[in-house]
Amino acid sequence: MSKTFKIEVDCANCANLVEEAAKKVEGVKDLSISFMTQKMKVTFEDGADEKEVMANVLKKAKKVESEFEIL
Amino acid sequence: MLARIVIAIVMTVALQFIPLDGWLRLVSYLVVYLIIGYDILLKAWKGIVNGRVFDENFLMAVATVGAFALAIYEKSGDYLEAIAVMLFYQVGEFFQSYAVGKSRRNIAALMDIRPDYANIEEDGKIVRVDPDDVTVGQTIIVQPGEKIPIDGVVTSGEASLNTSALTGESLPREVREGDEVISGSINLSGLLKIKTTKDFGESTVSKILELVEDSASRKSKSENFIAKFARIYTPAVCYGALALALLPPLFLMLFKGAPFDFATFETWVYRALVFLVISCPCALVVSIPLSFFAGIGGASREGILVKGANILETLSRVKTVVFDKTGTLTKGVFEVNALHDKDDKDLEEWKAQLLEYAAIAESSSSHPIAKSLLKAYAHQIDRSRMKDLKEISGQGITAVIDGKSVAVGNEKLMKGVGVEPCHCHTAGTIVHISIDGIYAGHIVLGDVVKPTSAKAITDLHRSGVVHTVMLTGDAKAVAEQTAALLGIDEVHSQLLPADKVSNLEGILNASNGDGKVAFVGDGINDAPVLSRADLGIAMGAMGSDAAIEAADVVLMDDDPMKIGKAIRISRKCLRIVWENIIMALGIKGVCLVLGIFGIVNMWLAIFADVGVMILAVLNAIRAMYVRKI
Repeated sequence: MSKTFKIEVDCANCANLVEEAAKKVEGVKDLSISFMTQKMKVTFEDGADEKEVMANVLKKAKKVESEFEIL
Repeated sequence: MLARIVIAIVMTVALQFIPLDGWLRLVSYLVVYLIIGYDILLKAWKGIVNGRVFDENFLMAVATVGAFALAIYEKSGDYLEAIAVMLFYQVGEFFQSYAVGKSRRNIAALMDIRPDYANIEEDGKIVRVDPDDVTVGQTIIVQPGEKIPIDGVVTSGEASLNTSALTGESLPREVREGDEVISGSINLSGLLKIKTTKDFGESTVSKILELVEDSASRKSKSENFIAKFARIYTPAVCYGALALALLPPLFLMLFKGAPFDFATFETWVYRALVFLVISCPCALVVSIPLSFFAGIGGASREGILVKGANILETLSRVKTVVFDKTGTLTKGVFEVNALHDKDDKDLEEWKAQLLEYAAIAESSSSHPIAKSLLKAYAHQIDRSRMKDLKEISGQGITAVIDGKSVAVGNEKLMKGVGVEPCHCHTAGTIVHISIDGIYAGHIVLGDVVKPTSAKAITDLHRSGVVHTVMLTGDAKAVAEQTAALLGIDEVHSQLLPADKVSNLEGILNASNGDGKVAFVGDGINDAPVLSRADLGIAMGAMGSDAAIEAADVVLMDDDPMKIGKAIRISRKCLRIVWENIIMALGIKGVCLVLGIFGIVNMWLAIFADVGVMILAVLNAIRAMYVRKI
């Protein structure tokens, strides 16, 4: 199952770094960030708790790039 | 940000005229430095704390703090350089986010065809509602100047529609009662009442938006390459700078007898800082996704939907184009040319009967032949007369009509039901009919070649496509005639859908990696072939969900000329990407080498960073302008 989120990220390289870090969050099967459309597409592992996973994704992303936001 | 830049510039200029010395001078310059650069220092610090040391903030922080330290050590009071580096860097960042943001919004606006509301009538008044709340079969009202929010059929009113956002076609389309309309078109003239045939989520406009919004998340190889490159590059440059600051002076001291004090290090530390400033990877990291995004945006304005940056990359390397015939190179609208009985003769009284059986049998098929049979029949179909309907893919249909077992299809089907078909002498698509196991006659249908097909093939060859192939389920005679007319190199005829896949695999093997193979189909029963090819192009497929799913490129109208155009757009985009990679790495490489030998000072270093980035961003935006190619 995958879902697209609107995000705010202000530089292309930060988007790459966040993507790389957030991919490793547990429950995330695949994750892709588009700096251009300011969107993040997350594919969850089967049976993963979406809310919990997303909270972890945000935490991890914030650590890499403090100005990263999920709208 | 702009305010900080202006304040910093004003203060810096003012400081040039105020004679200050010693600590006071240092403090006042330091204040300016912090105003312009505090966020960079903060980010660099956070990076270190989070174990992500090497990024451009770190580069800038080290370079400017280093320059300050050097100025304090030398007691030269020349703090200007550190401030200038930070100032230019911030101006560059500001410009970059402005330019990228602006082009991002421009391109997004090109693709933004999202209708915000739908009008429905309630108690004689027009009420605006969320398009999501409109149910199938409800009537919506579209006034002049408004977008049609949901697919449907016109129930009253006449209007001309601008479909350019969907098809790239600028000529308005006239619609009247009974016509199907697709969402996303703009009503230019009259008031329309439309009975919806789909939910908003299933409507054309939603499908397109979904596709376009997803497109940017599929990254190209060059994007991934640069992302990886930046991860190795930045630390490499930092260690390089460290080596530059330490190794040459140590060498001089040990072997050339240079004095062991900081003076020996000084020049080399300065050179290392210059080296750091030059080396920022921003130009590449920003401009490459921007180029692809601009290319995809420009293409979508032309009615060419590309599903991702990686697809644009594949598209640019297409050397072989394989076509489906029906609906792709031909209009897919068959006309009934002749009706013959079992002895290949025209027999008036049989005609009506033959056509009626054929039409009833084909009444639930979506195949273009079925549609043209129904059109030729032109009467209401009474489906209750038919039962036991069986569709045999690539052959035809068997059913029981009025108690008689009827088979309608090609020669294979006739042989399958044990009937020897008659060989017609007329070229065209032949539909044979048998009734109760006895051959009854056949209908000859002709397909019309699209007016631009021949030109499109020539155009493809001119755009660097080496080989064109046509795959069709049609008879050999018809296929070869069409291919010769259009100038297609290779023809495979009389194929079942499954044969098309194996034929395509043959072509894929033959090309063995030397250029990519694209398959172009109208998407009606090509989905397996579309997904098997290196690149699937579906045309005029706005109705067929399966094709949109399976294809990589969707042409919104059905003009084959768009194939060549799509290839040229992708080539332009890729050329720009490579221009930027070569330009950025080239200029930086040269400056880095010059920096090592001390020929480049801090000011030139800033150009190598900010200037190159600005050039790269401006160049990237060019990918959006594709109207004339």
